[in-house]
Order: sequence, then C-alpha cells, then structure tokens
Amino acid sequence: MNNSGNTSSRRLYKRYRAEKRFKSLCILALCLAVAFLVTFFATLISKGYSAFRQAELRVEISFTEQSRQMPLAAVGDEVRYLVSRGWLRKVPRMLKENPELMDTTQKYWIVAEAEVDQYLKGKANKLRPKQQEVLKRLEAEGRTRLAFNTYFFLNGDSKIPEIAGIKSALIGSVYVLFLTLLFSFPVGVMTAVYLEEFAPDNRFTQAIEVNINNLAAIPSILYGLLGLAIFINTFGVPRSSALAGGLTLGLMTLPVIIITTRAAIRAVPDSIREAALGVGASRWQMVIHHVLPLSFPGILTGTIIGLAQAMGETAPLLIVGMMAFIPDIPGSFTQAATVLPAQIYTWSSSSLRAFESRTAAAILVLLVLLLLMNFLAVYLRQKFQRKW
Amino acid sequence: MKTMLRIILGALVVFCLGMGPAQAREQVKIVGSSTVYPFSAYVAEELGATTRYPTPVVEATGSGGGMKLFSEGPGMDTPDISNASRRMKKSEYERCQKNGVEEVIEVMFGYDGIALAQNVENPPLHLSLKDITLAVAREVPQGGELVENPYKYWDEINPDLAHREILIYGPPTTSGTRDAFEELVMEAATEEIEAYNGEYTQIRSDGVYVPSGENDNLIVQRLTKDQDALGIFGYSYLDENRDRIQAAFIQGVQPEPETITSGEYPVSRSLYFYVKVAHLDKVPGMQEYVDLFISEKMIGEFGYLKGIGLIALPKEKRDEIREKVEQRDLLALEDLS
Repeated sequence: MNNSGNTSSRRLYKRYRAEKRFKSLCILALCLAVAFLVTFFATLISKGYSAFRQAELRVEISFTEQSRQMPLAAVGDEVRYLVSRGWLRKVPRMLKENPELMDTTQKYWIVAEAEVDQYLKGKANKLRPKQQEVLKRLEAEGRTRLAFNTYFFLNGDSKIPEIAGIKSALIGSVYVLFLTLLFSFPVGVMTAVYLEEFAPDNRFTQAIEVNINNLAAIPSILYGLLGLAIFINTFGVPRSSALAGGLTLGLMTLPVIIITTRAAIRAVPDSIREAALGVGASRWQMVIHHVLPLSFPGILTGTIIGLAQAMGETAPLLIVGMMAFIPDIPGSFTQAATVLPAQIYTWSSSSLRAFESRTAAAILVLLVLLLLMNFLAVYLRQKFQRKW
Repeated sequence: MKTMLRIILGALVVFCLGMGPAQAREQVKIVGSSTVYPFSAYVAEELGATTRYPTPVVEATGSGGGMKLFSEGPGMDTPDISNASRRMKKSEYERCQKNGVEEVIEVMFGYDGIALAQNVENPPLHLSLKDITLAVAREVPQGGELVENPYKYWDEINPDLAHREILIYGPPTTSGTRDAFEELVMEAATEEIEAYNGEYTQIRSDGVYVPSGENDNLIVQRLTKDQDALGIFGYSYLDENRDRIQAAFIQGVQPEPETITSGEYPVSRSLYFYVKVAHLDKVPGMQEYVDLFISEKMIGEFGYLKGIGLIALPKEKRDEIREKVEQRDLLALEDLS
C-alpha cells in the first residue's frame, strides 16, 4: 500500500516535471520569436525615424531674369550647394506661374541638400570643412531647422534623396490592389460557390480542388512569368502598367480567396440551406439570400488577408516590369506605375547613404499599412461573426 | 449584399470605359543594366521636372535582359533605349537585325571603376592583378600544372603581402560587375601566365570567395564588421562610404576619377546606352532625353552625374559622342569585336 503510493506519487512528480519542461520550451520558443521581432522593429525604427524629419535652411531667393535661366543663380554663393537642387529647379516654373515675383527677393525655408541633412543629424557626410563652417554659422543664426518631412509623403520617387518620396508608389499600390480585388474577388467567390453548392462530387472536381490547394503554395515568381506570357505577350497589356501588375497579383490571390471562401461557405449550417429550400427557394435564391450573406465576414477576412499578401509582393512584379523608376503619379491603369515594395527594393540598393534611412522609413510605412489591413480583417470577423 | 454587387458592377463598367483603345505611347521607355539605372533615372527625372515631357520610365532589368527586350522588334510596345554596363554582343546585334531593329545608335557616356576595398582601419593594401587572380581562381599553377587553389593566406601568394586570411565578398554570377571583374582582372592576368593556356575565368567555390547578392550595400556593411575581408563593387559605393572603407591599390593605382578617366586604373569599364532610331521621331521627349543625357551638364567633368558616382569621359570623347548622336551615326557589326 505504502509502496504503491510511493510509485504513483513518483510517477505524478515525473509527469509534472515533463509538463514543466514542455512549458518552458514553449516559452523559450515564444521568447525567441519575440526577440527576433523586437530586433527587427528596433533596427527599422532606429534607422528610419530620422527620415521623417528633414533639414531646411532659411534662404533668400532672388527672382531675376538670370535665375530664370540658371536656377542656381537664385541663391547666394555661400549656400548655393547647400540647398536642394530639386527645389531650385522649380524656380523658372514659379516665375512663370507668378510673374509678379520677378525682380523681388523672398525668404523661404528651403529643403537642404542630403549631405547637409546628414550633417545636421550627426551622420556621415561629404561636406567640405568650409561648408561645415558656413552651416555652423547658419545654425547659430537660427537659419537651420529639422522640420517634418512632408516631401516624403507628397513627392514621388527621385534620384535626389532629399526630395524623394513614396507618393507615386503608394498610389501605384492602391491601383494595383484595386485591380487585384476587382479581378480576383468575383472570380474567386463564384468559383468557390460553384464548387461548394452546385458541383457534383466526382473525380474531376476533386482534381480541381487538389490543384487549387496546390496553386496557393507555388512560388509567387511563377505567377509573374504566367502574367508576362498571358497578359503582356498575348493580350498586349502595356508592360509596367498597374493593369499588368493587378491582373498578375489577382492570379496569385485567387487560390487564397477560393480556399477561404469555401471554408466560410462550409461553415454555414445545412439547416439554413434546408430551411430555404423547404419554403420553396431555388438554389440560386438560397445561395444569394442566405448562404453568401452568412458567410460574408469569412469571405471578407480571407480576401483582405490575400490582398495584404499581394501588397507586400515584389517577385511577380519584377517580371512584369514594375520594378522601375516612375516618379510621376500614374493617371490611368494602363500607364506605368510602381508599388511600395518595389520602391523599397530599389532604394535599398542605392549607393547614396541618404537613402538608408529613407528605405527604413518606407518599410515602416508599408508595415503600418499591412498592420491596418490585418486589423481590419480581425475587426470585420469580430463584428459580423455569427454563432449557431 | 445587393449594394455590394452594384458597386462591383459599376466599378467594372467604369474600368472598361477607362481602358479605351490602346493609346499611342507618351512616355519614353528605358530598360537595362542596374549599374546604369541610377544615372539613367537621374536624367529621366531631370527631363520630367524641367520640360513639358513626362518622366521616362526606367526599368532595371540587367544588361542582358534589357538587350533581349530591346531587340524584340521595332514595334511601339518595345523599349526605346537599352542601358548596358558592357558593349552590345555580336549575337545581340544580329538578333536586332533579324527582328527588324536595323538602326541603332551606340552611346558610350562614361566609365565605372570596380573597386577592391577593405575596412578603413587596415593598413593600405597593394595588390597586382596576378595576386588577385591567384587568390580567387579555382585552380592555380604549381610546378607548371594546374592544381586546386590551396591558398588561404595572402602571404602564400606573394611573400611581400601580410599574413592575412583571404576572404573576398563579391558579386554573384548573374551580375554584370562579376563579368567585368572576370574580364578585366582574371583574363588580363591569366593571359600572361603560361600554365593557364590562355584566358581563365573560373572562380573558386570553397568559401574563400563569397558571392554576396546584387546589393552592394550589403558587401559594404560586411567590410565594416569583418576586418580581414575584401569586397568587390562599383566605384560609387566606395565614394559614398569613405568614412568606413578604403580601396586597395591595384598595380599601384587607387580608383579615383582621374586615374579611371586616364585609364591608369586597370579595373574599369565603359557604360553604354543604345538608342532605337526608328522611335526617335515618334516618341515625344526621346530625342530630348538623349540630348540631355550627353550634355555637359550631365556627363561633363562637373556634371550632375558625377555627384552620384559617374566617371567622366575625356573631353574629346564627349564631343565625339555628341557629334555622333547629332549625325545619327549608326552602329555596324564591324564596330563590335
């Protein structure tokens, strides 16, 4: 009696030990994942936060005939190469639009050259000692400042780092996502509805099912090749256009939408279908009036997650020519456009040091957008979820 | 649900209307080398910002990929200009001819030095082309025969060098920089070494030479962490990072704009772009783009492109190029070697 109690308590002790070990392993795994995430965010934020502020100099601009022809002449010798060329080259256009400025001098806060920006932020720069002296004096006079970097959000891409921004890429991303949604959502949902509600269960539909699941797992670059072959080479969709990118990403998102939609439709209890059919509804009415509305939150969640995936994609877009320098905001779906991840990639390989912090800042913007999309998915699921 | 359907349908209709018939091209389309891409994009941006023409679209496809698209045909859906960090190959020229791209102007607009660099805290490093080749080649001559490369330290190759581990981060096989390195360093050196029997360009793969991806910034970052290592990349990356890396002397010369322009520095290549003449008068802004690119303001000794790492051609050559473009001097098969 005493003896068996001893063994059982020993066994119990062992089981507790095993449980503790397992638990601590799980916690360790979690810590590892959190550590990776924290380092990732810490590096990005520490590198990227400085890009949200941009150095500006208070400078006198003289609008003369000479500065209309040679914009560099509009500012004094001392600061000529300290202010951004990207700002100065707008002088002729300013004069054209506001002729009354001619022969006046105006004081502006002007965006500074990238090297000055680096200097004022205490980073490596190529300024000569003489230029640094000038800057020190300007600093003492209160003619330098670090202002919020509006250019980053209001300008398109540029090879002049201080005026480079993400606007055209962001708008390109919106275009592409819109087209992706427009293409993949109806096709995906209708495919799923047919497969779940109408299709007979035979070898053929089973084969289709297996293939769709398989397609969700193939590398995304293959969709790029497919898009190039079908849309660009066969249908003549213009290369680098949002249309080419949107359709290609639509192909990629399709399996995700089909799979999540089918799961959502399957979650609708059969009693609802039977009730609808029982009161004389046709199959089509049953689907449109009951099954689809009930499964809609699930479908929406799947679609948003699929789109979030498409938004962060670069590989297929490289193939259809969207990895390009496109600073202008695209005016239509057939014009050349680029997307945010593509711009991040090209910035990251730029030799100019000033792009380092801008790359990190653009990544932060992309991450925030993806986070918002995923929150939206969770919110919609919570809000519309039904329990039976 | 119904409103949702209506919205989708409405959007589809608007979308189809918006598509319209395929329009004539408004933008210049440029493809090609990722080394030329920053220069090309800079000029494109300048054209867009200072003239009434839209900004040309510049795509970095790599030199070979660009040539392939460029030589597809004369149609308006093919690119107008192809950038290259090497000269057009004969086979590419023949493909152009075969597909109806008969008239092509070749423009050489500058040089790019390829630097062999190390951490700035190291003592200066003097290497010859032969030293570098023996360090990276798959096989090296020993006693008149080729054997698997046994060298692990620089002083085993050349007793004048320090006892330092050989570790080189360089471009992968897909990169144009790698092609140029093989041609300018290895071919040049192995021609002189009898045991190789001509040119030899195979690079060892036992971990001494580490292919490091297309992004040269990553190689620069490695060098700041690893004092023993050397890195191979373009001059503009060296120029931007002088606070943390320094270039090795090759044959006694360091890569500087002057030494590269004069040809003293042995590891430098020419940068090109190729113009499809059939499009010149049809695509608005194309002639202006080409003229702006070869203007003194861009490729001159004090041009804007110098600021982002281009090495200027000598004055006579720049004038020659401008003359050539004005005359629309066409590229012929005999020009290519």
